[in-house]
Amino acid sequence: MRATLSYLPLVLLAVAWEAIARLNLVDSSALPPLSKVGLAWVDLIRGGELVNNGAASLYRGSVGLLLAVLGGGGLGLCMARWRLLDVFVNPLVELFYPLPKSALIPVTVLWLGFGDGSKILLIFLGCMIPVTIGAYNGARGSDHALVWSARSMGANRLRMMWDVVVPSALPELLNGIRTALALAFILLVSSELIVSQQGFGYLIGYLGSTGSYEGMYAVVLTVAFLGFAADRIYQLFIQWLLRWRD
Amino acid sequence: MDGQSQIIIERVNHTYRPPRGRPVLALSDVSLDVRPREFLALLGPSGCGKSTLLYLVGGFLPTETGRIVVKGKPVTAPGPDRGIVFQHFALFPWKSVRANILYGLERQRMPRAERERRAQAFIDLVGLSGFEDSYPSQLSGGMKQRTAIARTLAFDPDILLMDEPFGALDAQTRALMQTELLNIWKRTPKTVIFVTHDVQEAVYLAERVAVMSARPGRIKAIIETKFDDRDPGLTRSKEFVEKVDELWNLVREEAIKAQSIKAQENQEKKPSS
Repeated sequence: MRATLSYLPLVLLAVAWEAIARLNLVDSSALPPLSKVGLAWVDLIRGGELVNNGAASLYRGSVGLLLAVLGGGGLGLCMARWRLLDVFVNPLVELFYPLPKSALIPVTVLWLGFGDGSKILLIFLGCMIPVTIGAYNGARGSDHALVWSARSMGANRLRMMWDVVVPSALPELLNGIRTALALAFILLVSSELIVSQQGFGYLIGYLGSTGSYEGMYAVVLTVAFLGFAADRIYQLFIQWLLRWRD
Repeated sequence: MDGQSQIIIERVNHTYRPPRGRPVLALSDVSLDVRPREFLALLGPSGCGKSTLLYLVGGFLPTETGRIVVKGKPVTAPGPDRGIVFQHFALFPWKSVRANILYGLERQRMPRAERERRAQAFIDLVGLSGFEDSYPSQLSGGMKQRTAIARTLAFDPDILLMDEPFGALDAQTRALMQTELLNIWKRTPKTVIFVTHDVQEAVYLAERVAVMSARPGRIKAIIETKFDDRDPGLTRSKEFVEKVDELWNLVREEAIKAQSIKAQENQEKKPSS
């Protein structure tokens, strides 16, 4: 009941949207009715534009995010265990943290061109930061007594790292990845919007510039839905992975 | 081997160096021998370095001066010949009771069938049958400590290091666990070093009690506390009460000193903060 109720605001918003557009309260080219947006969506699916561009975006997003999780997770864990690495890398992380990563869009294009490479690099760089910080904080918080217990039961240092430090870091690491997941969508669409010949962002920009606003809205809503669904699925995954907590 | 010492602690000093602030001498010139299959209690006020001494024997902290020899070999690192039980259990929260107990056996590369059998035997020994698949967060304090003890006993260390293992339990659970520990120890005799600040607990459990001074920790006295029979009624006997008195007199002075050290430290901290 409560779960159903939580979707009520969305339904109301949709109804309001349709009504405002139908009653011409707002210029219908700025806000086409939701039903027309829905029809445009079906056309985009049939024509293949949405699927093709979507596949390109999802490929870039998932590869960039995966690299960020592996690189950032590894870096954060190692920083927490080796003081020298911490001393060297921490200032870089702090310096890079407040930088709006979208400022790097032209830089990555300059390095890797207009294709997949520049988007993947951008997402990798941007998403690595929250993952690194999550892994670092999580691993730093790992309990001495657990580390010692594992060592006294015959685990060598590497084994202990995998068996104790990684699972101890997991709750914070997973939160960092959640932030990275949202950030990946932002960076993906904004970089495609600016410099790309493919992808969700490109499609939004193209449809907008050619005046097909119904189609433009359809793609925007698709991206919004995918972002929402990815976050929900990820949260279920976390719940399952951390089922040992209270 | 009998008659010989299993653990030799010789002229050990230890300085604790906090990341900020002055170094603190935690242990000063500590020497102590522990015999095979002896139950020895380390008794002292909080902050006297008794846990530090235990961690040194465990190999968790490096021995800086002096030496610690276990079964003829100097201690350099932790090893499965010395099992440890901590006050706050130190169970792997992401592993079930069974998986926690299996962990040490897996690290010892015991064949699967054998380790499953052995884990179950120790689950039964500590009375946790039916809770094999529970996670630590679902257990009471007493059950957590039972799991931790089973985990350590399962990989069969010669030496059991216990760091105030019952300190986080309520009084009733604590009394039950003490009796249980004695029963287990009678069945599988191991060398035990048991750290505590509870005089009664030390006298009830141990055969010898090493009393430590307030910081820097020194061995102030070693008192024999052997009784013919350790049933729970022992605690009301005249000889037991006298032993507790004797030890309490030794500890009280140190406990008072420890309090004034602590008060002084808090004073020093205030102006700087």
